Amino acid sequence: MSLDSVVIVGAGHGGVQVAISLRQEGFGGRIVLVNDEPGLPYQRPPLSKAYLLGKINATAMLFRPETFYADQRIELVHDRVAAIDRQNRRVMLDSGSALDFGHLVLATGAHNRPLNVPGSTLGGIFGIKTKADADFLSPLVKQARNVVVIGAGFIGLEFAAVAAAEGAAVEVLELGDRPMARAVSPQMSELFRAAHQGCGVKFNFRTGLAELEGEDGKVSAVTTSDGRRLPAELVVYGIGVIPNVQLALEAGLDIDNGIRVNSSLLTSDPHISALGDVAAFPCVQNGENLTRLESVQNAVDQGKLIAARLVGKPAPYTALPWFWTDQGNLKLQIAGLSIGADNYVTLGDAAAQQLSVLCFRGEELIAVESCNRPGDHVFARKILARPPALTPAAAAAPDFDLKAWEAANRP
Amino acid sequence: MPTITFIEHNGTRHEVHAEVGQSAMQAATFAGVPGIPGDCGGACACASCHAYVDDAWAGRFAPAEGTEYDMLENVVERQPTSRLTCQLVVGADMDGLTLRLPAVQF
Ligand SMILES: Cc1cc2nc3c(=O)[nH]c(=O)nc-3n(C[C@H](O)[C@H](O)[C@H](O)COP(=O)(O)OP(=O)(O)OC[C@H]3O[C@@H](n4cnc5c(N)ncnc54)[C@H](O)[C@@H]3O)c2cc1C
Ligand code: FES
Repeated sequence: MSLDSVVIVGAGHGGVQVAISLRQEGFGGRIVLVNDEPGLPYQRPPLSKAYLLGKINATAMLFRPETFYADQRIELVHDRVAAIDRQNRRVMLDSGSALDFGHLVLATGAHNRPLNVPGSTLGGIFGIKTKADADFLSPLVKQARNVVVIGAGFIGLEFAAVAAAEGAAVEVLELGDRPMARAVSPQMSELFRAAHQGCGVKFNFRTGLAELEGEDGKVSAVTTSDGRRLPAELVVYGIGVIPNVQLALEAGLDIDNGIRVNSSLLTSDPHISALGDVAAFPCVQNGENLTRLESVQNAVDQGKLIAARLVGKPAPYTALPWFWTDQGNLKLQIAGLSIGADNYVTLGDAAAQQLSVLCFRGEELIAVESCNRPGDHVFARKILARPPALTPAAAAAPDFDLKAWEAANRP
Repeated sequence: MPTITFIEHNGTRHEVHAEVGQSAMQAATFAGVPGIPGDCGGACACASCHAYVDDAWAGRFAPAEGTEYDMLENVVERQPTSRLTCQLVVGADMDGLTLRLPAVQF
């Protein structure tokens, strides 16, 4: 029997892509997109950068206008899926109604790991996940004189750059010993450390948060793990996310640091797929180990793959990961995954804030990080997606140029 | 509302009503034009919104520069009139503009 309906839980990058791609692939059945956030589905990356800075408006963040969903017969339902009844292939909604599905797609994303120190519930303390968060934050960041950022990951540093640009004194607390340590090479961390410091941001490495102090219910200072007190009217934290697996867990699906899926992005129930921030998939760029990635690319490419499978064009998921972050005048673009890198070759000039770091694991090129070298990023994506392999020795040659190498080694 | 025509590589034409101030990429994605994913949402980070400006219009835009220029240098099948359409802001004077899409974005 052919598939007659697809219910998608969550209308972020992943869920929306499944719906759009299903129609592009010619799926004629019913598509229901259930989302618990108000308004039309929107893109999250600008929340901590362009939107917060007021450079773009809310409309520019939308995936599609309202008419698109109507024209494409994609039913947008504002509700929360409360439970999955696998036996009857039905989801129960908070409002009390239920939806039958031929296939179910879980694109529930992740939520911010909360702070768990005394004072965490005071006013003036924010994670950044939703448009509502950014709307609360944007007037506050313009007024705040003292801002403390907890965590020197992508979102914390994007926010630190915005706050510094708005004229605040910014202190960043980070347990590790360099910025973005989980995701980028030491060389790239160093460039970002120097650049943020140059904009007035103060880093406190190997430093945790001990307590948040308040006055009249609002935060006024933070105490660090080494006992210092830093004044703060505004605290923003970005200390990682926790995948929204509750629904899947309660439905008895396999969970392993995310909803476990196979290389077709199917969960342990063949009528249910999962993708995006919530899904742990066997990642070919990570030795087929179960991997959970938090990026637009991952959600979008996985959405396309699921839609194609649902119309009868199955394929294993192998897409090359890529990512970007904008921090002040630095644009960092990453192609590939640098997990396990043990050898680095750099191109360009860190002092001029134009640097590419080629990350090798042994002799194998596994990732390229480019700061303000967007041309390198485009080539890196081509080179990493296909053979022949670039070796560290070739890359270390004087005057090595990615573009010339790609042209000479095109298959 | 200026009308912009997007022509897919296979010749399919899409006449799109664009809002002044919106990017040409967003005008295309809002209208569901295939072949122009605009994955990064206009952050000039993904090079998936490449198009060729019709010759008749080529001189009407300031040339690509900075990040856009550098990425265009390395896209598949770059031409002199190549642009990343997320960087083209729709103006009231753009009624009738034609943008042709490349065979592949990546
Ligand atoms: C501030 C910020 C900046 C970012 N910047 C970048 C960047 O520069 N580059 C990049 O590549 N990535 C960036 N990301 C990451 C990127 O946005 C995510 O990886 C992407 O949004 C994941 O898509 P998703 O569909 O898996 O989940 P999400 O986009 O999180 O969407 C999940 C949706 O499901 C809803 N939902 C959850 N449970 C239910 C339920 N039971 N019923 C109904 N609805 C439910 C949620 O409310 C949410 O709206 C950023 C993320 C944030 C928060
Ligand atoms: S939409 Fe990503 S570069 Fe234009």
